[in-house]
Amino acid sequence: MPKRSDIKRVLVIGSGPIVIGQAAEFDYAGTQACRALKEEGLEVILVNSNPATIMTDKAMADKIYIEPLRPEIIKKIIRKERPDSILPTLGGQTGLNLAMELAEEGFLEEEGVKLLGANPETIKKAEDRQAFKDTMLSIGEPCIPSRVETTVEGALAFAAEIGYPVIVRPAYTLGGSGGGIAQSEEELREIAGNGLRLSPITQVLIEKCISGWKEIEYEVVRDGKGNVITVCNMENVDPVGVHTGDSVVVAPSQTLTDKEYQMLRSSAINIISTLGIEGGCNVQYALYPNSFEYAVIEVNPRVSRSSALASKATGYPIAKVAAKIAIGYSLDEIPNAVTGKTCACFEPTLDYCVVKFPRWPFDKFVYAEKTLGTQMKATGEVMAIARSFEQAMMKAVVSIELGMETLTLPQLEEQSDEEIVRLLSVTDDERLFVVYEAIKRGVSFDRIFEITKIDKWFLAKFANLAKMELALKAGQLDAESYRRAKKLGFLDATIARLSGRELPEQWLPGYQMVDTCAAEFTAETPYFYSSYGDENEAAEHIAREQSGKKKVVVFGSGPIRIGQGIEFDYCCVHCAWALKEKGYEAIIANNNPETVSTDFDTGDRLYFDPLNPEYVKALLETEKPDGVVVQFGGQTAIKLTKSLKEMGVPILGTSPDAIDEAEDRERFDALLERCGIPRPQGHTVFTTEEAVEAAGELGYPVLLRPSYVLGGQNMIIAYSEADVVEYMRIITAHELENPVLIDKYLMGIETEVDAICDGKDYLIPGIMQHVERAGVHSGDSISVYPSQTLSQSLKDTIVDYTGRLARELGVVGLMNIQYVVHEGQVYVIEVNPRSSRTVPYISKVTGVPMVDLATRCMLGESLAGMGYGTGLFPEKDFVAVKVPVFSFEKLHDVDTQLGPEMKSTGEVLGVAKTYEEALFKGLCAAGYQFKHHGGVLITVRDQDKHEVVPIADRFSQMGFDLYATGGTALRLNKNMVPTTAVKKIGEGAPDVLDLLESGKIDYVISTSAKGRTPERDGVRIRRKAVERQIPCLTAIDTADVLSKMLASGRTVEGIEVVDITEI
Amino acid sequence: MQQNETKRAWLVLQDGSVYPGVSFGAEGTAVGETVFNTGMTGYQEVLTDPSYYGQIVAQTYPLIGNYGINNDDMESGRSWVKGYIVSEWCETPSNFRVAMDLDTFLKSQNVIAIAGIDTRALTKKLRESGVMNGAITTVYDESKKEALLEQIRAYTIADAVAAVSCTAPASFPKAEGSEGDYHVVLCDYGYKRNIVRSLQNRGCRVTVVPGHTPAEEILALRPDGIMLSNGPGDPAENTAIIAEIAKLLPSGVPIFGICLGHQLTALATGAATCKLKYGHRGSNQPVKDRDLDRTFITSQNHGYAVEGDSFDTNLGRISHVNANDDTVEGIRYERYNCFTVQFHPEASAGPKDTAYLFDEFIDRIKDAKGDR
Repeated sequence: MPKRSDIKRVLVIGSGPIVIGQAAEFDYAGTQACRALKEEGLEVILVNSNPATIMTDKAMADKIYIEPLRPEIIKKIIRKERPDSILPTLGGQTGLNLAMELAEEGFLEEEGVKLLGANPETIKKAEDRQAFKDTMLSIGEPCIPSRVETTVEGALAFAAEIGYPVIVRPAYTLGGSGGGIAQSEEELREIAGNGLRLSPITQVLIEKCISGWKEIEYEVVRDGKGNVITVCNMENVDPVGVHTGDSVVVAPSQTLTDKEYQMLRSSAINIISTLGIEGGCNVQYALYPNSFEYAVIEVNPRVSRSSALASKATGYPIAKVAAKIAIGYSLDEIPNAVTGKTCACFEPTLDYCVVKFPRWPFDKFVYAEKTLGTQMKATGEVMAIARSFEQAMMKAVVSIELGMETLTLPQLEEQSDEEIVRLLSVTDDERLFVVYEAIKRGVSFDRIFEITKIDKWFLAKFANLAKMELALKAGQLDAESYRRAKKLGFLDATIARLSGRELPEQWLPGYQMVDTCAAEFTAETPYFYSSYGDENEAAEHIAREQSGKKKVVVFGSGPIRIGQGIEFDYCCVHCAWALKEKGYEAIIANNNPETVSTDFDTGDRLYFDPLNPEYVKALLETEKPDGVVVQFGGQTAIKLTKSLKEMGVPILGTSPDAIDEAEDRERFDALLERCGIPRPQGHTVFTTEEAVEAAGELGYPVLLRPSYVLGGQNMIIAYSEADVVEYMRIITAHELENPVLIDKYLMGIETEVDAICDGKDYLIPGIMQHVERAGVHSGDSISVYPSQTLSQSLKDTIVDYTGRLARELGVVGLMNIQYVVHEGQVYVIEVNPRSSRTVPYISKVTGVPMVDLATRCMLGESLAGMGYGTGLFPEKDFVAVKVPVFSFEKLHDVDTQLGPEMKSTGEVLGVAKTYEEALFKGLCAAGYQFKHHGGVLITVRDQDKHEVVPIADRFSQMGFDLYATGGTALRLNKNMVPTTAVKKIGEGAPDVLDLLESGKIDYVISTSAKGRTPERDGVRIRRKAVERQIPCLTAIDTADVLSKMLASGRTVEGIEVVDITEI
Repeated sequence: MQQNETKRAWLVLQDGSVYPGVSFGAEGTAVGETVFNTGMTGYQEVLTDPSYYGQIVAQTYPLIGNYGINNDDMESGRSWVKGYIVSEWCETPSNFRVAMDLDTFLKSQNVIAIAGIDTRALTKKLRESGVMNGAITTVYDESKKEALLEQIRAYTIADAVAAVSCTAPASFPKAEGSEGDYHVVLCDYGYKRNIVRSLQNRGCRVTVVPGHTPAEEILALRPDGIMLSNGPGDPAENTAIIAEIAKLLPSGVPIFGICLGHQLTALATGAATCKLKYGHRGSNQPVKDRDLDRTFITSQNHGYAVEGDSFDTNLGRISHVNANDDTVEGIRYERYNCFTVQFHPEASAGPKDTAYLFDEFIDRIKDAKGDR
């Protein structure tokens, strides 16, 4: 089946902002799809609200709409652009849902738009619970057996049929209360009886309990002819019960015999064929460890996070193939990019082991509830490839950047044996490390398995690591055990530290190729991982290519985490492209399977390995590059600077010394002094006593943070001595390598610039101004380009300061500076001589290809030579507003109040002719609902009470009912804003939490002097708002702009869509 | 990572290269034809597949033995491989059916094995130079290398079918509850048990007869269908069997050939076979069914193939081709009631996607019996 001739213009829907559960993998999928479509000469119209993506780049599509992903907007774009078809299966659940909505209401048919790669019937069969169950039943595929029962006898009878244990889920009880797991008839009698009593409709669902079963996934691809292949299967180390996104996953499966493997593979093929999916699909299974019994847990009829992982684990480009299938090709007509000879209708076979490890945000959200279950909590992940499971696991642990070198978590070493065994039953982010600790303590596999249900195969592998670690710790090290330790994945630094001995040699690894075929055919994939095999295939590849070009290594940004997101991948990818464009070989080193940078054809070669000095050294030995680039990979890459300098490889762009100068507090102060630029007064401290003294001298409030951080990690505003003491206690719990910075907190207007510098000249594409005043992390602020209220003289000062700093530091490449304007004076808060979060969006809205120019500067070109002037780039006559997006509903107990610590996971952009419309679009894209009546709850700290009055008044004028807690209510009523006083928590019912439960509240404005700990009232109110999905504004400035938006009466229907390629 | 790395072993190839490794399984010296298998699962099936007779098998997947050896997944009564090469074998297998670990099994089967080999590098070598003879030895002596190499170079797989085939007929009842009641005679050139199971599950009584059974005797059993099994070695060597197949073809009894059965049938009709550079061994070989215009993922294990050009198209047509290298994967003999495939529709190890061919066989039987 060749390409369909009726497809010429395709609308591709992206997945929107990065949130937990829907992240960079869809940028990777969407980018592959766009490229696949463009390759076929099709016109691509793209819509995505996320500006930090590669897919919203001009190179990716013909028309690009960075617009809210809402049905009204998609309709507008369809009416304007008249695509003949729409590709919805590559934009995650968001893209799929939107397309389904438009299909179901008949809009697509009306407009003559074909749905590619999916049809509503198929999607419904996969996604609707009952329809799915019925479909599976009809083809003999087992689901998790369950039945609604109304009597204890009925429950007992059904349980006898399906076998114990069973889960009892009472209908319509709050938070599932009254339910539980029954192991026996006796227990069920009690739990079911209780559940039935508590259920208002006397109903319980009896479901077979499959927690503890093996969790296995298959990635399947099918074409229109009916050809089906499975790309990969994967086994979760954590059994059923933990979301696969939060599980450590290994590919291929390790503990399945061929019989089990093929049984599930056949089932997956049966399912995708029955559903008639044309494209990619993911099927998840629960497999009982003691028989062939299995159950289908879930089917995702689209490209997913797992398919991104499978693509990177095997080298098979699922999204690209899915896109080609969608436009009519069959698998046997699509060439295999890896071998260049065979077709895409084959199944990859691996000759290595892949481990995926999640990256959770709990290092930032110290008070978040850390238990893992059915709700995914990880923000990102790393992947590691090795010839053994042990080495892959060790690589993964190093790659997550939590400061670990082995599976030993230092704080667990201090726990008693009893405590370790107790902790085994706590399913949280540290459980695997607890398991490891238990193995080190000699707890039996049987005991560990009984509690965790982690397959003993994995336990035995962990034991191999533990044994080596203990032996090294006992000082046992000789030439032979050194080599064994290396093969198990121990770093030289770790071996030396544990054994306290000198290393017998330094054994650097070679590289093996990811080629989809286990070396059966010659492959040209320039995709490598380090290993201690007989060969160095990367070296062979380099020797064979003999390109004669200069080589530059670009270091990526590792796992996505709060504060270091997809933006950095955008920068790395653009850097690689710019290098290739200028005739260099671009070599990418990264370990994040979700990203575009780790697509093997983004650079000239890809090294999928930890971004750690030892692995980097091996890479440099093999590649012998002419230079390396660290400034696009966020803090992950910047952290490598010191080691790279020691290894003697030229670092392109800004010198390591300048990077240090910007980050070392004392040197930075001296720099500012030399430049004559003021900054908020501050000190460097190491101890609590010093901190208290410094704060006293500066005067409260003060800002506290460790040096060398990204995303405002562990940064707070302290209003009192008690705050300072509490903070220092937490921060000094770990050994302090770097000092704590303590600054006077200036509550002014925050502005930000990114600049491209060639060592002499500098170019500022635009000045951004934050809606929220200083104190809210720049990543969490609404950011406006161009600045709307700064006077020309202030702008001049900012441009001047930027220039002074660029020259004095000798920046070559990108730099980002944050300023605060306080009482007419400009202060520097922070200088980062590297790319920043705002680079992608400023590049897109100003049309200045920032990374491209920066890369060329690093290669020696000048701004003038590239046709760009210096100073501030002329402002565009439209406005772009970046609005942060959070994932609070997924992270229990996290205080939502904005502050100096970054909390957002993603962002959206609104682009329009006026500030108001751009802001409206941005808020709309971020998911704000615009209600024009209802209730507003206001509870603010003392210093905000004055400012909240006009905001409250505005709500009141619009007809909202106002509610406020004591002090706030008093203040509002005194100012003639009619407000109902509500009892605080603990003052008796009904209190403020009851009010939130009542459904009367549509917006909450909540600020408190103190936050963070979950038991505080302010935090509880804000958490309740999250639970009830009530928009909660925690900065006065945000509340102000939102209320103005509401008052303006704008509607989603009134939005005018903008093709940013036409700006 | 092997715990006991003290016992050493060496892999010596015919080109003189020597790979030091770690011994497991039996001890001693084994000489054979070195081939690689790319399956990620199914090592037990590989070890017990008679088609590997005379061969030293290297696994490209580095972690072997993870789920141990069980009592059910034997494809024949014993292991036939001459030697076994892995990167890492698992001392702590985990699966509910584990009966023993890989090492214990290999010892019980007297199979000499070596671990700690970079099987990817080895595979690349075999891919580039073609299959090579080799030896695994636990008693390597550098000074006697030439003698060993001579022995290695002199090695050929001969009389393979006779070595693996049964010597007396055996009967297997149809599976309980299966529909239909047909009698199939399976010519044993080294059959895999799942061929029998696949037939039993489709309502067939199966009589397994030795590979050299004359056509008259086979037909005297009044079979509803004849199955020609897989098996080891150079197909052209089996001249007597080829002659018997030539007699079976015109009988009108539906005939279905797999792997060696496919090659022997082609030879019986005048076509030629050739040795492939390094064969197809694994669970991911894509095969195009020209009639259905579909591509299926198949399980394969063969070093020889039917030469497409040599096939007399008056007899029928090439129905299946390998999507990777266009080699012949299936033939439908229109002149006879016969169809054969190079790959393994019975899977084990590998995907079951082409099990529809057994259904076709049953349909042919029904048609021949007038059951449809």
